[in-house]
Amino acid sequence: MDLLPLYVSAKLAVITTSLLILISAPLAYLLVYGKWPGKFLFEALVNLPIALPPTVIGFYLLYLLGPQGYVGAIWREVFGGTLLFTFSGIVIATAVYNLPFSVQPIKATFEKIDPRLRENAYVLGLSPVATFFRVMIPNSINGIAAAAILVFLHSLGAFGVVLMVGGSISGETRVASIAIYEAVETMNYSEAWLLSLAFLPVSYFLLLLVNRLTRH
Amino acid sequence: MGLRAILRKRTEYFSIDVDFSCPEGKTLVLVGPSGAGKTTVIRMLAGLDRPDDGRITFRGKVIFDADRGICLPPQKRNLGYVFQDFTLFPHLTIHGNASFAAKDKKDVDHLLSYFGLLHLADRKPHQVSGGERQRCAICQALARRPDLLLLDEPFSALDVVTRRGLRAELKKIKDERGLSVVFVTHDIHEALFIADSILPIVDGKVDRDWLEQITSPSSPRDVQPRAVREPKLALVY
Repeated sequence: MDLLPLYVSAKLAVITTSLLILISAPLAYLLVYGKWPGKFLFEALVNLPIALPPTVIGFYLLYLLGPQGYVGAIWREVFGGTLLFTFSGIVIATAVYNLPFSVQPIKATFEKIDPRLRENAYVLGLSPVATFFRVMIPNSINGIAAAAILVFLHSLGAFGVVLMVGGSISGETRVASIAIYEAVETMNYSEAWLLSLAFLPVSYFLLLLVNRLTRH
Repeated sequence: MGLRAILRKRTEYFSIDVDFSCPEGKTLVLVGPSGAGKTTVIRMLAGLDRPDDGRITFRGKVIFDADRGICLPPQKRNLGYVFQDFTLFPHLTIHGNASFAAKDKKDVDHLLSYFGLLHLADRKPHQVSGGERQRCAICQALARRPDLLLLDEPFSALDVVTRRGLRAELKKIKDERGLSVVFVTHDIHEALFIADSILPIVDGKVDRDWLEQITSPSSPRDVQPRAVREPKLALVY
């Protein structure tokens, strides 16, 4: 059995999750406590991937990340090369697709924190940024961890958006879910079974962990 | 040179319109029935709520002036604020909470010792009693070495015996440090015990009649004699 797709999937999930938590925590904080015009419009934009089919997101990303797209052009200027059909490209695509699945649980966690803790930090002299790091984050660890696990699982099983942006290049963009699809297409059911089986215990164990984290 | 405040703010139920001062090193108590606007007034002093109009100065420094568009954020007002309920940071120990914004770490141990919390220093807030949590909240506010201490019904959730002890401890340390204090309560006994001056607030306005009524000879016996026994008490109108 070719284990490379499992490795690519795991690498994609770890990098996407790390990237998304770094982006989502401050973003969620701004969405909960920030007061700026057009906030509701921005929040709807962040949540858009929940409503759109992965292939539609993939199609837009194909254009944006391509050599003619804004992101693709900037990438080529800064790093050289292209984003399409590369590992970096599928990381960006998976991150965009998973953004709401990361932001929303963290936002819900921040909303549950007593607002007076934040006010207490302010009257004790802490800036909003210091309050974020010294009060909000330490009191949201479980919620952030639960969000990270959900994003990890989601990224591990990413299919449509990855296929659109990355195709299926072995060792680069051929993730486990694409490998399973291709194995089924070529009637290589034993490989499809084995790859699918690899997902089951990991997903089940991590879901148990999410339940435990959100319960406390 | 102490605190001088003229505050106006429209709320959902009434308009707040108060004008008062608190001399340096003295305790001003805002007293009145629940829902009178006392908490909104103290929150405006702290910078947590913004008045619609008015002016606040402390030691001659303008911290809010609606006409000049000045409104210092809470971080820049150098004050201590003790909330009505327990607002300690749950992820920190008692010592961690008390030293959260401390300017002098040695002062933290002194304060914890003064308030009888040193032996609980390593416990989390949920592992100590309500009285101990509120003592820690006072330590936290005092450790910042504030110029002005604001307390919003800090003892309302505590039993009578704990309340009495805390009031006395607070009064003593306030005198030791020469702090200016603004204290909010709906309990007239508490107000009479702590206050150098009292500001009675009802429906967002200073209401002399309400205080006179409640401390008049026809009022319940346990209220009136205390007022008479406090000759230093000045009523602020």
